[in-house]
Amino acid sequence: MRRRPDPGVPLPLLVPALLAVAFLVLPLVGLVVRAPWSSIGPQLAQPEVGQALRLSLVTASLATVVSLVLGVPLAWVLARSRIRGRSVLRALVTVPLVLPPVVGGVALFLVLGRNGLLGRPLYEHLGITIPFTTTAVVIAETFVAMPFLVISVEGALRAADARFEDAAATLGADRWTTFRRVTLPLVAPGIAAGAVLCWARALGEFGATITFAGNFPGTTQTMPLAVYLALQRDPEAAIVLSLVLLAVSLGTLLLLRDRWLGRGSGQGIAA
Amino acid sequence: MTLEAHVVVQRGSLGVDVELSVGDGEVLAVLGPNGAGKSTVLRVLAGLLPPDAGRVVVDQEVWDSTDRHVPPHQRSLGMVFQDHLLFPHLSITENVAFGLRSRGMRRVPARAAAGPWLDRVGLAGLGDRRPGELSGGQAQRAALARALVGDPRVLLLDEPMSALDARTRLAVRAELHRHLGDYAGSAVLVTHDPIDAMALADRVVVVEDGRVVQAGTPAEVARRPRTDYVARLVGLVLLPGTGTGAQVALDGGGLVAIAEDAAGPVFVAVRPESVALYLERPAGSPRNVWPLRLVAATPHGSVVRCDLTGEVPLTADVTATSFAELGLAPGADVWASVKASEVAVYTR
Repeated sequence: MRRRPDPGVPLPLLVPALLAVAFLVLPLVGLVVRAPWSSIGPQLAQPEVGQALRLSLVTASLATVVSLVLGVPLAWVLARSRIRGRSVLRALVTVPLVLPPVVGGVALFLVLGRNGLLGRPLYEHLGITIPFTTTAVVIAETFVAMPFLVISVEGALRAADARFEDAAATLGADRWTTFRRVTLPLVAPGIAAGAVLCWARALGEFGATITFAGNFPGTTQTMPLAVYLALQRDPEAAIVLSLVLLAVSLGTLLLLRDRWLGRGSGQGIAA
Repeated sequence: MTLEAHVVVQRGSLGVDVELSVGDGEVLAVLGPNGAGKSTVLRVLAGLLPPDAGRVVVDQEVWDSTDRHVPPHQRSLGMVFQDHLLFPHLSITENVAFGLRSRGMRRVPARAAAGPWLDRVGLAGLGDRRPGELSGGQAQRAALARALVGDPRVLLLDEPMSALDARTRLAVRAELHRHLGDYAGSAVLVTHDPIDAMALADRVVVVEDGRVVQAGTPAEVARRPRTDYVARLVGLVLLPGTGTGAQVALDGGGLVAIAEDAAGPVFVAVRPESVALYLERPAGSPRNVWPLRLVAATPHGSVVRCDLTGEVPLTADVTATSFAELGLAPGADVWASVKASEVAVYTR
């Protein structure tokens, strides 16, 4: 907002726009202003903080990797294949986007819990229990975050010129080779943007995680859970943890923007 | 090596039904206006579009038939697209080596094999550049090298020069002529530019509305056009009529005197430069004299092309000087004359 407002912006648009900016920025300013800067060092030194931060970064990154491995092929199927029921498939995939995360957590519990549809055979035959483990955290985060990746990669695939794939086919490349050597490099910026979005969503995931994975320090207590818990007994600690989360997400976004999404990023969605 | 194809495919409201045959080392031009179905035919030959019916056979190997469709990547072909479609994330060398790599060659020998092709198309030393760093003409040369590198049995060229500016087009056309001369397989060139067809092809098929309306050598097609479209392309006025001895009764009314007797349905072709214009009815010998009205005049180099309506719709090319001397303007009434010996007549 350092640039002076354009004299051409009509007042009925300018005022709400400024209000919107204030609404979005003020809470973050408040967070920074109210931060107990003197005690921030000892607060950060607490082992639980490092533990929660590490767990958050690891699980969010794992969730992003899982989303990439499964979501990019799904996006390709949605954008390029001619299988029937694609629109139904797309609608199903986007459900987690609009679903309250808590509901997602309950649903995951019903499927993967010890008495769940898949959870019971897993437990009875293999002795595997998923709920309330770090695995459960990754699953919950993937469930909530993968649709963001799928949607943005599908958009990138649709925007990419499919005639390059025709050209590759006339040069002897089958569809898999074409995907690897032509399509993937062409939509790489879109995939990077989707991955950043997915990672940020996974990092902030709360509802599905606490429902499906619980809140155990060291194994399932991620940063958002730690913030919520701290707010009830030690508000200062909650502010510090929030600042850390804010710094990590902003830092990552800026870093990735410069490195992968350079040249202004035509995808726009990562902003 | 021969390509035999009968392509039947419905694209929206356009029904395409075209038969082609291209021999060993031959270049066939598919000439036609935009939307005639030329590119659709090429996409079928490439395997990018399965035909509704018909067949595509190359050297007795069936690529398309009612119960068989060979996917594009299993066809021995090279294709050059209108806007080159070089892969923007690969260097020029990697682009040219792409076909070899995807057909199983290792990276190092593929790049080594791409080198001589870059030399042949005049891009030596530019192999490390990205497509975005090349001029339009250079990019199209690279695309040609990419298509030719595996010695494909069929070479398909889809309007390869229409995205280039006039000067570059001239240079690329000359080079393309050389490379097509060296090429041993069957080449199909799709174009809407008659000069491309005349300069590069051994034979021409003219496609309009999804059908072949004329086929022959470039010289035959240019000399004896059979549709208005081709006649306009090669700069002739085409008048269908019926021969009755030493004159032709035009289908649109009017009589044209001819030098040799003709009978039955014929085409009368008139070159615009053989049409002379006068303000008064010319006295003397010409038997073909019509009072016409000038509807449009457009400069074409040193001549002015005059479109005329009336009993016999004609186009006349007059020099700018005589156009000025006659004081012509659209709407003017003029007399047009053509010598009978200047009128070409051939059977429909």
